[in-house]
Amino acid sequence: MLERAKDIASSLLLSELVKGLRLTGRYLFSRKITVMYPEEKTPASPRMRGLHALRRYPNGEERCIACKLCEAVCPALAITIESEQRDDGTRRTTRYDIDLVKCIFCGFCEESCPVDSIVETAFIEYHGESRGDLLYTKPMLLAIGDRYEREIAAARAEDARYR
Amino acid sequence: MNDYLAQIQGYADQWLGPVWGPQAYTFGRAIAMILMVMVPVLLTVLYYQLVERWVIGWMQVRKGPNRVGWKGVLQPIADAIKLLMKEQIIPAGANKALFLLAPIVSVAPALAAWSIVPFAPGWVVSNADAAILVLLAMTSLGIYGIIIAGWASNSKYAFLGAMRAAAQMVSYELAMGFAIVGALMAGQSMNLTQIVARQQSDFGFLGWFWIPLFPLFLVHYIAGLAETNRHPFDVAEGESEIVAGFHVEYSGMAFAVFFLAEYANMILISTISPLLFMGGWLSPLDFAAIREGAAWYSWLAAPSILWLLAKVAFLMFVFLWIRASFPRYRYDQIMRLGWKVFIPLTLVWIAVVGVAMMDPFAHWPVLRLWFGK
Repeated sequence: MLERAKDIASSLLLSELVKGLRLTGRYLFSRKITVMYPEEKTPASPRMRGLHALRRYPNGEERCIACKLCEAVCPALAITIESEQRDDGTRRTTRYDIDLVKCIFCGFCEESCPVDSIVETAFIEYHGESRGDLLYTKPMLLAIGDRYEREIAAARAEDARYR
Repeated sequence: MNDYLAQIQGYADQWLGPVWGPQAYTFGRAIAMILMVMVPVLLTVLYYQLVERWVIGWMQVRKGPNRVGWKGVLQPIADAIKLLMKEQIIPAGANKALFLLAPIVSVAPALAAWSIVPFAPGWVVSNADAAILVLLAMTSLGIYGIIIAGWASNSKYAFLGAMRAAAQMVSYELAMGFAIVGALMAGQSMNLTQIVARQQSDFGFLGWFWIPLFPLFLVHYIAGLAETNRHPFDVAEGESEIVAGFHVEYSGMAFAVFFLAEYANMILISTISPLLFMGGWLSPLDFAAIREGAAWYSWLAAPSILWLLAKVAFLMFVFLWIRASFPRYRYDQIMRLGWKVFIPLTLVWIAVVGVAMMDPFAHWPVLRLWFGK
């Protein structure tokens, strides 16, 4: 009986609601956790899987040997490779396309690569204004690799212990 | 400030009156007074939604809009331009005439109700003696806009939203009406200026009606939340279940007009509540004992529109605070709260107020503070 009266009194005086309001009232003055994106960025892991790149050896030779493991493992069938034998007897790609519209950024291509050629960089700020824009061809991927080689190498080195 | 207004009106009477002739002058004066109320109200609506986004953002540990202009102060302008430029889509199956009529029916009473709201003694477009009846009539009319919108859209979600809104607003209209009845019993008038005048006492905020009418004050404010379809009673919109309820098919300016009506109603509720229960423009610090002792105190104790604006701003903030804090009520719970809690509570309290006003304890001094005038 007394319990019931207490319940009714507390519900009429909105005591539970006032508790809720006090909580949100405290958060009104707390420090805000918003990251002001283009100016501020959250730290990225060395395993970040962003835009793809094809790497080269320090002597300028491209790493890819056209083994097509990435093409085979790609679950979204986003990679297309054609290859030929060069005059010096090595096998190289003539075509290496990644359709980023299909890509799901699973990172399997990177893991399957025996020569660390295809990698995913931490770079994510790219866009396409029509469908064709997101079909990345071999020269484009090599250019990305050249541009971000230092970051890519640093990320690999940082993660090397865990591989 | 009051004196300046009277002075300006005196000049206008003297100079414009004879030149324009009595009809044109009366008309012009009415238009000027309406503009003096409408322009601040519309500007408040514009910035209220910015403040809403800020406050809710801060309570969710975000920063809220802060890109357009300094700290985001131009955000509402950008939103208004966006809504103006947007295409007005009318669904193929919609009843075109009613579809376009609905936002107008919704916004007209929301703005018309401001005609009877006094901001200070004499600062009122129409100092009607039946002001409270006008207020109740106008706030009830707004529901037709929502019902018409839901029906004319020819969409299931919109119709569901309209049905819910109709049931909910009919239920809470009663509780709100009873709460106002309590205030007009205590104020012994239907004129809002006189109700405020009756809350004047020698004991500042202790003399206002919110103490003897506390349950009615709460019911009035909560029923106001439900009347304006605000959280936690926003089942009529219910973004997560019926997308946007009655205005799901509206876009561009027609949507903006619904938005305007909702926010004008919120500000109206936040203005009526202080007038009825919180002493309107009276100062909360108006204690006779201190006022007579110290001359410097008189400006704190003087009634002013600023006190009213401060109270309105606080209640408007509570609207946002509640929205940021509480989840949506379940539909049957809304109905239970309206019919089985609020209406009995207000009825009982009206009886209590009536008994107290008859003064059965022979001049109980405490009761004389509120009902003795």
